[in-house]
Amino acid sequence: MSAFVEVRNLRRVFDVSKSWLERTIEREPKRYLTAVDDISFDIAKGETLALVGESGSGKSTVARMVVGLLPPTRGEVAIDGVSMHGSDGARDRRGLRRRIQMIFQDPYASLNPRWRVDRIIAEPMRAFSTEADDAACLARVGELLRLVGLDPADGVKYPHEFSGGQRQRVAIARALAARPEFIVCDEPTSALDVSVQAQILNLMRDLQDQFGLTYLFISHNLAVVRHMASRIGVMYLGRIVEIAPPKQLFGAPRHPYTRMLLDAVPDLAMSGRKRQGVAGEIPNPINPPPGCTFNPRCPLADDRCRTEIPPMLDGVACHAIEEGRAAPARIALPA
Amino acid sequence: MLRMGDAEMSDSVLSVRDLVVEFHTRHGALRALDRISFDIGKGEVLGVVGESGAGKSITGSAIIGLIDPPGRITGGEVRLNGERIDNLAPDAMRKIRGRRIGMIFQDPLTSLNPLYRVSEQLIETIRTHLPLSAKQARQRAIDLLAEVGIPAPERRIDSYPHEFSGGMRQRVVIALALCAEPDLVIADEPTTALDVSVQAQIIEVIKKLCRERGTAVMLITHDMGVIAETADRVAVMYAGRIAEIGPVRDVIKAPLHPYAAGLMGSIPSLESDGETRLVQIPGAMPRLSAIPPGCAFNPRCPQVFGRCRVDRPEPKPVGNRIVACHLHDAQISEAAA
Repeated sequence: MSAFVEVRNLRRVFDVSKSWLERTIEREPKRYLTAVDDISFDIAKGETLALVGESGSGKSTVARMVVGLLPPTRGEVAIDGVSMHGSDGARDRRGLRRRIQMIFQDPYASLNPRWRVDRIIAEPMRAFSTEADDAACLARVGELLRLVGLDPADGVKYPHEFSGGQRQRVAIARALAARPEFIVCDEPTSALDVSVQAQILNLMRDLQDQFGLTYLFISHNLAVVRHMASRIGVMYLGRIVEIAPPKQLFGAPRHPYTRMLLDAVPDLAMSGRKRQGVAGEIPNPINPPPGCTFNPRCPLADDRCRTEIPPMLDGVACHAIEEGRAAPARIALPA
Repeated sequence: MLRMGDAEMSDSVLSVRDLVVEFHTRHGALRALDRISFDIGKGEVLGVVGESGAGKSITGSAIIGLIDPPGRITGGEVRLNGERIDNLAPDAMRKIRGRRIGMIFQDPLTSLNPLYRVSEQLIETIRTHLPLSAKQARQRAIDLLAEVGIPAPERRIDSYPHEFSGGMRQRVVIALALCAEPDLVIADEPTTALDVSVQAQIIEVIKKLCRERGTAVMLITHDMGVIAETADRVAVMYAGRIAEIGPVRDVIKAPLHPYAAGLMGSIPSLESDGETRLVQIPGAMPRLSAIPPGCAFNPRCPQVFGRCRVDRPEPKPVGNRIVACHLHDAQISEAAA
């Protein structure tokens, strides 16, 4: 497999200690939060890999490390063979930056309110000098606005003159400005209403077809992920517990957490299926349970699960499945 | 089933007729709610869906008399068990809030006072509304916490709100809303701030309690999945009006109003194969200051025709639902002819 993006054993620890003075007075040790722990995945060119998980599972931290906004504590991210974080290769990295872009969740926060939209969209072109002169820049801004379904005349407006969905279109136009190959989307539609979400998701799919884009798509919404992804990684407390193509993941989920998650999603189908009682909540990531982090909520947990971290084997990290204690469940979804 | 006639009105816990809410601004009056009517029966869960700005939350606030100025009710009436409550004095309304109408809001942290123990907040609320001694009220509070699924309630009751997780906090808020045995509970986005696995637990709690107590529930949310799982009937709102109201299964599976149809189609499904495109409604909901004449949805409607741009469609019964759309008017008149 010719992986375009390679992520190996990625780990990120945050220091969440109180200040030195408070620690000294209260005689507390330093405290660390492992947001992402030992994550590996590949993304092939033109593919969409989605990461889903509940809040605090580390999805966004992975996204920020992949684009290079956050240095990993350990592990490596390589895009097209170039390491994103090593001490050498700084020159190669500069060339790489143009090819990677990011779309953020909140279109109200990710656009500079004092800049006109044409300047916002032209910024990547100026930063990477992709266009010959200002006239070419301006022409491309118009072309990009049309591409994302806005009027080229909208370039002279400020972000506050647009609705949330239109702002997200501006953010997408900016992401496309420097002709990137890889776009990391962190919850791109979570702040939008469903009918607008549908417009943005359709637009993102069209752009992918048109330009052969590769996406890393972060979301907490399983239905959105199913719609967009060619492969899905399910995250729980900083680890990927299962990774599979959507058909397989939704048709025959294997990891107990994936099954629980799918069971919990309210669904429009109203199949009247009986829900399994979902037990418990995500534990505090500062002090995660030993062994498999899901063990306190898992119906299949045994002593081994409580002591030993399950390795990722054949797309799923679970002792019960490895030992054959759990038959892969088929959720009765009409085809 | 239609709950339109006077005979059936008597068994409605909540009955809203032609409710109008306007905000008076320097640029004239903005109509946030434009003549909406609906009923909720005993033990029934009415879902209210719509996109941001459709008027869902304003409907809730109008019913409990908590619209902030410059907004005010300028028309129509709200009846609770047949008794008019929209024109009550603030003091009389305060007695109804909490006692006869319970409320659950999106963010449990803002509904709880961070400086008081949960026990103090529950007992205060119970004793405000019910003639119980402090001891009896505490016992009742513990029973309620047990009922909403808080483990070891006799110990947890003396915790502060910050000592609970998000899901547990929302359970406390539900206990608070139910502590005076209200006839109606208004739940405004009760699960939006929660993760899916916790959301499922909270939905289950709300459903169970209302079934057991016969409480009527108005469930306001933008999440159709939650409605599909929880509600008996659903009202789809658009630009301050109700587009369609009917049994939840019918409205979701076969929506009649073009906006309702577009809304259902735009929701990605867990069963999609990922190949199909989502239905797209072009454009966005109009601002309150620029609601088009005729049907508010007409500029975005794929089936718009001449009359839609001039006449506002009135809500009319179609089968077991009520739909405000000229398309269905026409069908009725054709069938009649």
